[in-house]
Amino acid sequence: MLAGILFSLGLISLLVRRDLIFVLMSLEVMLNAAGLAFVVAGSRWHQVDGQIMFLFILAMAAAEVAVGLALVLQIYHRFKSLDVDTLGEMRG
Amino acid sequence: MELAFYIAGAVAVISTVLMLTRLNVVHALLYLIVSLLSVAVVFYLLGAPFVAALEVIVYAGAIMVLFIFVVMMLNLGEHASGMERRWLTPGIWTGPMLLAGVLIIEVVYLARGATGALGTAAIGPQEVGIALYGPYLIGVELASMLLLAGLVGAYHLGSHEAKRPEIQHDADTHERRADASGDLVLAGTDQPARTP
Repeated sequence: MLAGILFSLGLISLLVRRDLIFVLMSLEVMLNAAGLAFVVAGSRWHQVDGQIMFLFILAMAAAEVAVGLALVLQIYHRFKSLDVDTLGEMRG
Repeated sequence: MELAFYIAGAVAVISTVLMLTRLNVVHALLYLIVSLLSVAVVFYLLGAPFVAALEVIVYAGAIMVLFIFVVMMLNLGEHASGMERRWLTPGIWTGPMLLAGVLIIEVVYLARGATGALGTAAIGPQEVGIALYGPYLIGVELASMLLLAGLVGAYHLGSHEAKRPEIQHDADTHERRADASGDLVLAGTDQPARTP
């Protein structure tokens, strides 16, 4: 329930906000909610696998956010903007 | 214990909503940190103390430091000094401080009181470690390769802008920002005029 609420909040933010940093932050919220769902399931059936899955999600989120923030830096230095709508032209 | 879970969940949801509605990036980062900490408390209550500690260290520590570094490097607030003055007003950090205070009270209460398992027994770090290096060894290797790829990729993407620090320096002026908004500068093909 809580994981669902957090995930939907992150998804709404991902769709609504037009700033790349906010998009990355909402991605963090969504990954966190997914990990929370895994841990809750693992705690419900008393299995270790949920926590293992959360560890993998954690590693994946760390790698994703490193690459994503490097991309944000590159995009900002090229376009001088972080607005998704102005970046959406795909023409360079 | 149920009440503590609901309090932590409410703090998580409230801080996430407040994070999404902030206009400033740094304020949103403050609320995001509070949200991650409350999720860590929820993990502790669910009987996963190892994961709770990792959540605090990796999410609220390392990833937030990355975000803050990028916000600093982007320097999105052009009127930085006035914003600095406004940041010191107490109205901004009272919200995260209140929510974090609720979490601190809850953690102190939990540390004084009962064990942290909600319903079922806690799964300690020992069992997690045994399972992680037993049947999930391939996953650990894959995660390490993914982290290595992320490291190399982030370095590669970041090294291009390190090669031309002059542009970043010039970008602070408004006319450079204005005329650089349209054209795409290929990496390594431009030589900016170096003015002594």
